[in-house]
Amino acid sequence: MTDTAAPAAPAARPSPVRRAAGFWASLPLSGRVGLALVVFWVAAAIVGPFLAPYEVGAIVAPDVFEGSSAAHLLGSDYLGRDVLSRVLSGARYTVGLALAAAVLASTIGTALALTAAVSGRWVDEALSRLMDAMISIPSKVLALVMVAAFGSSIPLLLLIAAATYVPGAYRIGRSLAVNLNEMDYVQAARARGEGRFYLARVEVLPNMINPMLADFGLRFVFVVLLLSGLSFLGLGVQPPNADLGSLVRENTSGLGDGALAVLMPALSIATLTIGVNLLIDALPGRARRVQGEP
Amino acid sequence: MVDHVRVSGLKVTAPGDDDRPVTIVHDVSFSIPKGEVLALIGESGSGKTTIALALMGYARGGCRIAEGSIEVAGTDVLALNAAQLGAYRGATVAYVAQSAAASFNPSRTIMDQVTEPATIHGLLSRADAEAKAVELFRALALPDPDTIGRRYPHQVSGGQLQRLMAAMALITDPALVILDEPTTALDVTTQIEALRVFKKVVAERGATAVYVSHDLAVVAQMADRIVVLRHGEVRETGLTDQVLHAPQDAYTQTLMAAARPQVRTAAAAEATAAPTPLLEVRGVTASYGRVPVLQDVSLSIARGSTLGVIGESGSGKSTLARVVAGLLPPSAGTVLLDGAALPPALARRSREQLRRVQIVFQNADTALNPAHSVERILGRPLELYHGLKGEARERRVAELLDLIRLPAALASRRAGELSGGQKQRINLARALAAEPDLILCDEVTSALDTVVAAAILDLMAELRRGLGVSFMFISHDISTVRAICDEIVVLYAGRKVQAGGREAFSAPPFHPYTDLLVGSVPEMRRGWLEETAVREARKAAPTVAPGLCGFLDRCPVRIQGVCDRLPPPRVRLAGSEVLCHRSEEDLSTRPSLGQRTSRPSPAPST
Repeated sequence: MTDTAAPAAPAARPSPVRRAAGFWASLPLSGRVGLALVVFWVAAAIVGPFLAPYEVGAIVAPDVFEGSSAAHLLGSDYLGRDVLSRVLSGARYTVGLALAAAVLASTIGTALALTAAVSGRWVDEALSRLMDAMISIPSKVLALVMVAAFGSSIPLLLLIAAATYVPGAYRIGRSLAVNLNEMDYVQAARARGEGRFYLARVEVLPNMINPMLADFGLRFVFVVLLLSGLSFLGLGVQPPNADLGSLVRENTSGLGDGALAVLMPALSIATLTIGVNLLIDALPGRARRVQGEP
Repeated sequence: MVDHVRVSGLKVTAPGDDDRPVTIVHDVSFSIPKGEVLALIGESGSGKTTIALALMGYARGGCRIAEGSIEVAGTDVLALNAAQLGAYRGATVAYVAQSAAASFNPSRTIMDQVTEPATIHGLLSRADAEAKAVELFRALALPDPDTIGRRYPHQVSGGQLQRLMAAMALITDPALVILDEPTTALDVTTQIEALRVFKKVVAERGATAVYVSHDLAVVAQMADRIVVLRHGEVRETGLTDQVLHAPQDAYTQTLMAAARPQVRTAAAAEATAAPTPLLEVRGVTASYGRVPVLQDVSLSIARGSTLGVIGESGSGKSTLARVVAGLLPPSAGTVLLDGAALPPALARRSREQLRRVQIVFQNADTALNPAHSVERILGRPLELYHGLKGEARERRVAELLDLIRLPAALASRRAGELSGGQKQRINLARALAAEPDLILCDEVTSALDTVVAAAILDLMAELRRGLGVSFMFISHDISTVRAICDEIVVLYAGRKVQAGGREAFSAPPFHPYTDLLVGSVPEMRRGWLEETAVREARKAAPTVAPGLCGFLDRCPVRIQGVCDRLPPPRVRLAGSEVLCHRSEEDLSTRPSLGQRTSRPSPAPST
């Protein structure tokens, strides 16, 4: 969101590095941990595959479910493939796909919610009933049908995951926006003669952004679970490629031995989702602290 | 006589920045003899509620009672442990909160909740407690005392709920009752009844009470002694008469001066007999869904003058402002600006029409977007209506801040960081930024402390003189309206029951409802409450029979066979017009007030 009408700062705008440092300093400890984890996983998703020591699908270890060694830092999986390489390439799918799907779902949901709130009753009714209809379709069954009809592909998975979580984001966004829409300051802006787009963007959105971000963190975890579920059914990311969810699934037989092959992808999912949520939870607190300063 | 309640050297701290405690109550000491009522008065933030809560051994989240001692009926409150405090609260000391509506549990019956303090402490059996509750209901003049306990909180009115809360507090015969602004949220006509029964019950039971309020006139009726607080410090302590009529402290004197509305009309405002009034409302009827809120209301505002609109909550006064502003299209009637009809719906009005009529909402906390800076809030109308950008806009924002007497440095602050008075000024400045011809002010001072409200009213009077802006001033407070408005309209149940110049509202003939309003405003002297005749506590639901007088059920001078049969005619009287069957002669004697004839006289000046 660009803040075009931000108060003109008397001094020149600080450099991006300065601002990033300021942002870091303003975060509580949990937020810094979250930010570090998120930055780490985004970096892993971007440059990971180039750093991977082995081909993703290559069987390179002499034994399955090996422990950590110099050649294979995170051991080997159920076929003797290198776990580190597979986690690094899996991160690209999970972070890319799940993050993209969650961003898409939350953005579309919020945009539709704002539209419904500031438009008339008919638009609101139509959108809400459409979303109710979408909620009533079981997401896994829809995914099965879509994959069966079109074959599994990354864009299709993205579309399915986003479509599944738009209604939830819409519901939450609409209830927030409808309440905010009745606030006196929105009425004042309306009486001033502002357009609908302005009302939604400038008056309503800034006041619902924090709960929507918290909701986004939740959606992100849901999408990771949905994609992992699809992979479990063999309909997600197709072998030999694998997202983190399918890495856990394909190595479950090593669970009894506590193999790194199953623990590391699980740990990766955990750190990623916890990191996203820690960071988001710290954001509203940050707003409060800035407000509290004289 | 031994003091029943003794507080000495009380100090309460709250967590401040960098976790260093900030003292919010400094070394407060007072004592109350048994059976007396002590009032704590001060503006918001003066620590009056904090002190009242400390008497219960309670400090709000993060706060701490750091020093001092509190003794209530021989109990050293600060030495009690958690279990002993549990036994102490409710039994020895009881609390009546400002908002009874927020303090009752909506899912349990009133009887359950009123008897709870007695049964939870094992003081009375359930049956005894119920018998006692009914007795209290009767003493508190509640309707149907035998059966009201079976109702749920939403089934009684706000004034009744406040009295039920007093019953809840008194059921254990506590050694000390704390009343924290118990009538602030009520309409004047309801407040007077609540005050009367509170006073009667406190006197009958010989209860010792602490009455917390910001309203001097109310305190004058209730208290034997007054403690004046400011910034957590005692400024003055004394008997009620002494504090009211011979205040020693400079701050108390300011408070007294602010509480007396001074006449603030612009110097004759040169109404210059312009042929067309600035705003004319002709026969407007409006409703929310099927519920009619305004019926056939007509009024006009001359250029540069102020029109006051008064009435109790639910009378339709805010709706009138919304209709004029275009937020609620009326179902009948027209609104004319400078003789030209305004389109009823907002979307059809031109930007210029919107600019000329600005609305200022009642609650500045919700009227300013908490996510925006002051610069942005004030800058937006400048940009929208006057096309100001960049430096020109910044300069104008600084000018506006100067106009409302706020420092220019405030421009970068967010709305949430301002005090109540500052917010209300910004709220007003946003309307001024449009350079309107008419500003609709909806209860702009009712949420503010007296001193701050007086400053806002002064500011408005200055703006009228300086800029020639017209105001529609909506309020439930007839003394404020009488002080600042040129013309006054009284609404009741969506109908205009009286309209006239300010002079017409300082002496009868009044419409019976205006009479009730005028007679219900507490005067700042003791004994006023006793002199004012008791009115029948009738159900406050306005009559809905179409066409008939809405005030019928509450009217003390209704004529059987006429008022309940025929719609009231609009009669011209000296200086005003009223909607009533009664003759001017009848209305001139103010029959509803019985023996009372004295006019609200200005109290001795300080």
